[in-house]
Amino acid sequence: MKERLWWRHLVGLAALVFALVPIIFLVSAALNPVGTLSTTSLLPTGASLSNFSKLFHDPNSPYVRWYVNTLVICGVSAILNVLIGVSGAYAFSRLRFRGRRAGLTGIMLVQMFPNFISLTALYLTFISIGGVLPAFGLNTSLGLILVYLGGAMGVNTWLLKGYLDTIPGELDESARIDGATETQVFFKVILPLARPMLVVVGLFSFVSFLNEILLAGVFLTDTKHKTLAVGLYGLVSGNHNTDYGEFAAGSLLAGVPVVLIYLYLQKYLVKGLTAGAVKG
Amino acid sequence: MTAPPYERVARLSWPRVVFVGLVAAFAVFTIPTLVDKHSWTGVTISVAVTAILAYVYLTPKRIAARFLVPGTILLLAFQVYPVAYTISTAFTNYGDGHRLTQSQAVAQIEADSVMEQPGAQRYELSVATKSVDTSGAFVFFLTDPDGKVERGDASGVTPVPDAQVTKDPFTGKVIKAAGWHILTGIQVNGLGQRLAAFAVPTQGGFIKSVGLSEAYVGQFTMKYDAAAHTMTDTRTNTVYKESDGAFRAADGSGKTLPIGWKIGVGFKNFTSVLTNAAIRGPFLRVLIWTIAFAVLSVLTTFALGLLLAVVMDHPRMRGRKLYSSLLLLPYAMPAFITTLVWSSMYNKDFGLLNKLFGTHIDWLGSPWAARGSVLLTNLWLGFPYMFLVCAGLLQAVPQELKEVARVDGASAFRVFRSVTMPTVLIGAMPLLIASFGYNFNNFNLIRLLTDGGPYPSGSSTAGDTDILISYTYRLAFGGQGAQYGLASAISFLIFVLVGLITYGGFRQTRQLEEVYAR
Repeated sequence: MKERLWWRHLVGLAALVFALVPIIFLVSAALNPVGTLSTTSLLPTGASLSNFSKLFHDPNSPYVRWYVNTLVICGVSAILNVLIGVSGAYAFSRLRFRGRRAGLTGIMLVQMFPNFISLTALYLTFISIGGVLPAFGLNTSLGLILVYLGGAMGVNTWLLKGYLDTIPGELDESARIDGATETQVFFKVILPLARPMLVVVGLFSFVSFLNEILLAGVFLTDTKHKTLAVGLYGLVSGNHNTDYGEFAAGSLLAGVPVVLIYLYLQKYLVKGLTAGAVKG
Repeated sequence: MTAPPYERVARLSWPRVVFVGLVAAFAVFTIPTLVDKHSWTGVTISVAVTAILAYVYLTPKRIAARFLVPGTILLLAFQVYPVAYTISTAFTNYGDGHRLTQSQAVAQIEADSVMEQPGAQRYELSVATKSVDTSGAFVFFLTDPDGKVERGDASGVTPVPDAQVTKDPFTGKVIKAAGWHILTGIQVNGLGQRLAAFAVPTQGGFIKSVGLSEAYVGQFTMKYDAAAHTMTDTRTNTVYKESDGAFRAADGSGKTLPIGWKIGVGFKNFTSVLTNAAIRGPFLRVLIWTIAFAVLSVLTTFALGLLLAVVMDHPRMRGRKLYSSLLLLPYAMPAFITTLVWSSMYNKDFGLLNKLFGTHIDWLGSPWAARGSVLLTNLWLGFPYMFLVCAGLLQAVPQELKEVARVDGASAFRVFRSVTMPTVLIGAMPLLIASFGYNFNNFNLIRLLTDGGPYPSGSSTAGDTDILISYTYRLAFGGQGAQYGLASAISFLIFVLVGLITYGGFRQTRQLEEVYAR
């Protein structure tokens, strides 16, 4: 007896409708020639690029600047975040030293504090840093990157440690016997083996910084220093209706590259998502 | 493998030397500025950081530290220190009206109370600095009606001989002074608050600026008596006494001066969450919704994700790749964008949902509709993640076990319940706990979708969809009457709650594993 599959497709299609409605709506808003929320329907009524050209020429929203700021801030933060995270993970996974367990627990504990509340302390700290080193003060990309790196030895370290634990210890042991230093083992043996996981963790960090509006909103108040999230939120926060097309066009240009990367890395994602579960 | 000492020295590789060199160069570059600004904390920190890095990277012993120190320094500076500072403010009344120290508050009240006496003389005013820009200290050049010039700073006035200054022939205003830069009107205007707060003490009272080019002698109308700890309003003769970090009127009228100062209040912020009815009511309401929201979010996303994973998990199912690519989209699209899109789809007048269904529902305007909308959006944002996870875990279910159960005559549902579910649950449990913790503090969703609203009548701090973290955010940074101390105390409670729940959850998982791993 052959099992019927049509009901599986029915469920799948229903899920697709649910998943895709907001995204199709966003596309149709971006292509909507009128550019307001009230005139946008689910399916595109026209195909005009007027929202895109408005986006690039609106002096109140220097979109290209925001895009570059976002790439710089999120890119640099994500790369350093992974590097610091995996160094810590390596030490916790492969080296034995005093305070190892306490260190792991401590990292976990600090992460559990809702750290937006320390916004004031961070803000005051960066006012004083900016007084001495203006390049790292408020309204600078470097300052925000520093704050983001404060969390580098955090969840990622745990996640990556879980992954490094699954790499057989014989591999680095034999390298050590051949006379490799710890630094060489780390760079020449462990990093290449952990590359898929590093890519996934880097992507997750990048996206979490991309979505971050709280610190970025407080630190970057100058229009030309803003990130995409802060800038685009500003476009619709006051008035949902009038600048909607511009918001949608800007969102699409910001979101599509991320979506493509996710699709490209799809097979690594599952591994990355469940790695935390492999070893706690 | 102990290498002889000379070999260890030989292993001092150049990247490490360069790194330490760069750090040291940076310190050498910044320390003069720090000394210049009298920032001794800054000097201490940069010397200490450089010394630690040099020790760790240039000596052979500290191998583990080499991998841990950079991250740890950043962690201490930008997470541990701010958190510690915050916890310490939880024991104070810090917030609007209580931001200063007591002596600052007294000085501020007195300076604000300087009033011009009727008929008092006015000066022509020029503002001057030692350096070219306006960031440093400034002084007043004052020309009295007789043409005599005095220079005034925070310590008092000194006469200036006419030979050292050039005066405007008509007004007598100083336009040049030897050794000083006279600021332009635009620069003076740019001083803003600093100029308004500046007062030059003199015998009769204080000289303050009025406009950009005039000054007057004013008198205090508030006088502080340090011995009696009282502040007296000399116009009305009202006496204010120190009490709980503020000056309160001694006549029992309940009047309090708006500027107070920061004092320690012990555990008051913590106990008031339970004892003060005005805080307890909203707090408990928000707490219950936070837990319900987090639990329901985890359950709904997991249920939908698992359902889809099971549906797709069939060897002859065609288009599985396409399905999972498309179902990934809600997860791959940056959440700040899609949350804002949902928020506009819920819009009562222009939103897509009302247009599609031909309804006129105020999705985000009534309490239960808004809560439902929040959950629906979070389901949309979260189910692809659970789908991916469950699809991965389903691969790990031993096929032989399923076969055996089926041969033994178990129904498809029975196989699912007794074979598939336990395997999936064990794998997913830590992620479900993590997801609970994440949603418990899902600030972005609430902030971007409803901003806590709608608000019940009579409450402007705790909305119907507020979760603890968005409620606390409003307490700390909300427009009116920020209560930073209270917000810090509640943050601490959130920390304890999430910690306990996570800990309990992980213990439960371990027990679960033991049960199934027999």
